[in-house]
Amino acid sequence: MEISARQPLPATKKNHPAGGVRTADPFFRMLVMATGIGVLVVLGAIIGVMAVGGWKAFAVFGPEFLISAVWNPVTQHFGAAAPVFGTIVSSAMALVVAVPLAFGTAFWLAALAPPAAAAFIGMAVQLLAAVPSIIFGMWGFFVVVPLVAHYVQPTARHLFGHVPGLSALVAGAPFGTGLFTASLILAIMITPSITAVMRDVFVSMPTVLRESAYGLGATRWEVMRNVVLPWSRQGVIGAVVLGMGRAMGETMAVTFVIGDSNHIGWSLFAPANTIASLIALEFPESAAGSLKLASLMALGAILMAISFLTLWFSRWLLARGQKAAGD
Amino acid sequence: MSVEVQTETVAAEQTVTVAETEKDARPIALQVRDLNFYYGKSHALHDISLNFPERSVTGMIGPSGCGKSTLLRVLNRMYDLYPGQKATGEVIFDGQNILATGVDLNVLRSRIGMVFQKPTPFPMSIYDNIAFGIRLHERVSRSEMDGRVEDALRRVALWSEVQDRLSSSATAMSGGQQQRLCIARTIAVRPEVILLDEPTSALDPVSTARIEELLDELKTEFTIAIVTHNMQQAARCADQVAFFYMGKLIEVDSTARMFTTPREQQTQDYITGRFG
Repeated sequence: MEISARQPLPATKKNHPAGGVRTADPFFRMLVMATGIGVLVVLGAIIGVMAVGGWKAFAVFGPEFLISAVWNPVTQHFGAAAPVFGTIVSSAMALVVAVPLAFGTAFWLAALAPPAAAAFIGMAVQLLAAVPSIIFGMWGFFVVVPLVAHYVQPTARHLFGHVPGLSALVAGAPFGTGLFTASLILAIMITPSITAVMRDVFVSMPTVLRESAYGLGATRWEVMRNVVLPWSRQGVIGAVVLGMGRAMGETMAVTFVIGDSNHIGWSLFAPANTIASLIALEFPESAAGSLKLASLMALGAILMAISFLTLWFSRWLLARGQKAAGD
Repeated sequence: MSVEVQTETVAAEQTVTVAETEKDARPIALQVRDLNFYYGKSHALHDISLNFPERSVTGMIGPSGCGKSTLLRVLNRMYDLYPGQKATGEVIFDGQNILATGVDLNVLRSRIGMVFQKPTPFPMSIYDNIAFGIRLHERVSRSEMDGRVEDALRRVALWSEVQDRLSSSATAMSGGQQQRLCIARTIAVRPEVILLDEPTSALDPVSTARIEELLDELKTEFTIAIVTHNMQQAARCADQVAFFYMGKLIEVDSTARMFTTPREQQTQDYITGRFG
């Protein structure tokens, strides 16, 4: 009886202005689908341009392009090994410095700091993350480079210069510019963003889970180490990969302080190059269609490949970690 | 003021009740005296005085926001994690005022354990969930740890269900199993008091019944304080019931008296479902 009483309703619905919504819905669906596919198209186009542009370098040098450390525009001989080495080493060293710093800061902000201090310093961290990289480059060049040249490397040489095995790491003239300085600048640049992500992860942990651990009599460190960290593993690895991606692709700040030398060696203080800094330095001097330009494009393709591999590796780590935890 | 006087009379009457039922008069495990609690400027608990007799279940009931969970969080100083929260008065436990400064909170919380509203398994294996609390306070051998874990799981009737998958993740268990795991985790530390904050509100009726049965066994060994929204649960599980309203302790009495002949009109109204 109820039903029959309500039957007129669908009839009125037919004339309802909501009819417009029904045509808008497929339109909206198409629109968002187009943006989604657009991402794929752009990604494909970038990979395509790099591959096509760099093809000539691989065609001329073959696989040797990957292992050769020579970069000589005069003899038209180019190899990717030196900038790849510089990229990986400077990023790795930057992570070694940045991750513990970021972790400590994020932990302090999330668990220990008085709320007023946490809010203030949290904001400062965000601001530091927003500083343009060229500022870090100039600051690094005028402040950090002289410090490294006058104090850090001489001290390191004094301490380790005669220790077998370590002496090679501190060898070379104290220019101030080089891998070490670049790594330091990179570390300072990526620490804030890693900190911000890690703090968000720590804070987002359910309060009851944290309180459960405290409720068993755990100290703050024990709660952090045994409960918060395992719980936020995924986010922490995500934060580290994010920082690593930024470090590998960073151009301006590194270009200022790395010393522009295509050289592979043991010394942490030796001038070097990263892929990004080499491209930035050499691109303006490369003629269209030249072998040098093709080599730079090929380097770009290699940088992208390294970034993808890093991302894939972190995904794999996460998946393996989850399997081990039995999730 | 009036509450304090009232509680004393209640205590007196209780002795009578206890004598009547010929149960032994239990010593007091936890004694709350003139407790006031503040969330910043808001005054959440007013002059609470309440005794928790040893090895029995004290049920705390009242409408949402009446302060019963707040009281629970005072008893293990959980509120200490949050700046701006403050308690005045005394909570006497083992001859000591636990609200005093200088109390070792990690030790306190190992002696007064807590189980929460939602199951909170840690992101680790079932075994490690139990072992975690033990490791915090004691150094035990691998074989002794195995024994302690098994014992804790047996006491919450979980052993037969999980003995083959101790190393699998605790987060994959059902909600009821997770909550029993959390209770096992708490008793594995060998506390004297267990605080339960609406432990069954997220569980289905079958799991709820199992937890309630469990409480009946646990009270032979532990002093239990349970906050519940479920009047039947309080009636089934508790030996004494305290009714809170707007941050005040309105009435406390043996469960039988509380649900048959409450002295206060507000209690009467609440338990008959007229409000709250």
